[in-house]
Amino acid sequence: MAEQLYQRDVYGATLVKLGLLDKNIVVLDADLSSSTRTNLFAKQFPDRFFNFGVAEQNMMAAAAGLASCGKTVFLSTFAVFAAGRAWDQVRVSISYNNFNIKIVATHAGITVGPDGASHQALEDIALMRVLANMNIIVPCDGPQTEDAIMAAADKPGPFYIRLGRSKVPTIENKGEFKFGQAQLLTEGNDVAIVACGIMVTEALQAAKNLAAKGIKARLINMHTIRPLDNAIIFKAAKETKLIIVCEEHNIIGGLASSIDEVVAENFPVKVIRVGVRNRFGQSGEPEELLKEYNLSSLDIEKAVLANISQNKK
Amino acid sequence: MANKQLTTEELVVQARQIRRLIIQMLASAGSGHPGGSLSATDLITALYFNVLRFNPGDPQWPDRDRFHMSKGHACPLWYAVLAQTGYFPKEKLFTLRQFGSMLQGHPDRKTPGVESASGSLGQGLSIVLGMSLAAKVDKKDYRVYVLLGDGEVQEGNIWEAAMACGHFACSNLCAILDFNGCQIDGRCEDIMGLEPLAAKWQAFGWHVIEINGHDMQQILAAYDQAKTIKNKPTIIIARTVKGKGVSFMEGVVGFHGRAPTQEEAQRALKELA
Repeated sequence: MAEQLYQRDVYGATLVKLGLLDKNIVVLDADLSSSTRTNLFAKQFPDRFFNFGVAEQNMMAAAAGLASCGKTVFLSTFAVFAAGRAWDQVRVSISYNNFNIKIVATHAGITVGPDGASHQALEDIALMRVLANMNIIVPCDGPQTEDAIMAAADKPGPFYIRLGRSKVPTIENKGEFKFGQAQLLTEGNDVAIVACGIMVTEALQAAKNLAAKGIKARLINMHTIRPLDNAIIFKAAKETKLIIVCEEHNIIGGLASSIDEVVAENFPVKVIRVGVRNRFGQSGEPEELLKEYNLSSLDIEKAVLANISQNKK
Repeated sequence: MANKQLTTEELVVQARQIRRLIIQMLASAGSGHPGGSLSATDLITALYFNVLRFNPGDPQWPDRDRFHMSKGHACPLWYAVLAQTGYFPKEKLFTLRQFGSMLQGHPDRKTPGVESASGSLGQGLSIVLGMSLAAKVDKKDYRVYVLLGDGEVQEGNIWEAAMACGHFACSNLCAILDFNGCQIDGRCEDIMGLEPLAAKWQAFGWHVIEINGHDMQQILAAYDQAKTIKNKPTIIIARTVKGKGVSFMEGVVGFHGRAPTQEEAQRALKELA
């Protein structure tokens, strides 16, 4: 059984590490510090932590003021609020200014579970992706969360980093994390499966099931959504002629759209989207919801089987 | 930089010069916002010439006082003041709103002296709150100032920030409210009433100073008083006249966002001679 970690635990611990390394780092939260785990930083560095209360717009624009004075700002709240509630503040004060601000959004996606639709961000990647200057990382597990946070701390500019609520299994043998460079998890030329976040685990299971049926899937962990690793997509399009994109997000505007856009412009092949289709979420346990919204490994497998050409079957 | 202090008479002359530049820039650009630029001219002239600590030769000097124009549409005023205080040559002013200009239609960081973009109302108080907290973290003694519009304080973000500035006891923060009583669609009190404005800010934990925003002595006294206030932020609620200094613009809502024609500019410049 693989190790299971909360990405937000890793995030909190990484912030403390960064806080020790760099006294220029400040952390902000909006009354969710015990859930986002920024409270770990707050405990160790109370003079560099600011709780803004339930006021995300103020937090985003105040982050801009701190960054204008040379601070590296990490700030957190739930993904629905980070991307949606204060979008104009993110647009004008953070993204347009191109400030060194890292928005680390937790509780993204349908697997938020029992809290239901209002708290399940299925649109956040779309909202952040259209902003010029914005970098986006969706790490797939605990260890990759640390990689993502360190990469964001290293590179000046605005970042949106998307984390989940639930524990996720650690994926072995991913290779080194490089910002902007996707990871090849399995080799194959029958179909390419591109996934991010928790969907990498589901896709890995689907790839195993397909292998048992003699279908060799190339699995790509697209942890960085902006800037997108175009080269690995073009190569996959050319060599497999079929791309299945899996994300815990609306099928409009997220990872699948990113891939559709560059494939259509450069090497048009069929791109099939496994994601949430024109629906809001609802209460339930993560596993129940993944099944209900067709986001399970079986749904990925079905999508491959339904679209792969007969001669490859 | 310890700037040379001007007398109130010299400030009045400087403010008239800045109003002339605003009219000339806007007439040359053919678009822009005269009303709210002219109403805040005395306040911002006094701030830059007699209060703010800065070095135009080193806009990023870490110990500088910070100013942010939250009502970004009044940037012709900001640009004229920046040119008059030596941030860039005056000729640049006549590139306002043109393609490729560093003087964008609303503030942008490519202009020397501009700390942050603005233009979407309501965010600027939060921005100076962040600057105020940065001073606290770095144990620096610089002060932060922000110009707010009266219509602008209808934005919810302003009150989130007002609450937080009080909570964090930002005594190094001074907001200036250009209370000219007009917004795009009409008189503020008709569109969305603001009163009792002083009581609102007091209730959020602020020290409130009410002045006539065209009286240089009152303006300077207010800035002096703000520096002495401990453990709370200060707001200067300045009663002003939209379009101040040009008779046919004064109190005229229509000049919120319409530039003067060449003929109107000539008349205005005669009045401001």
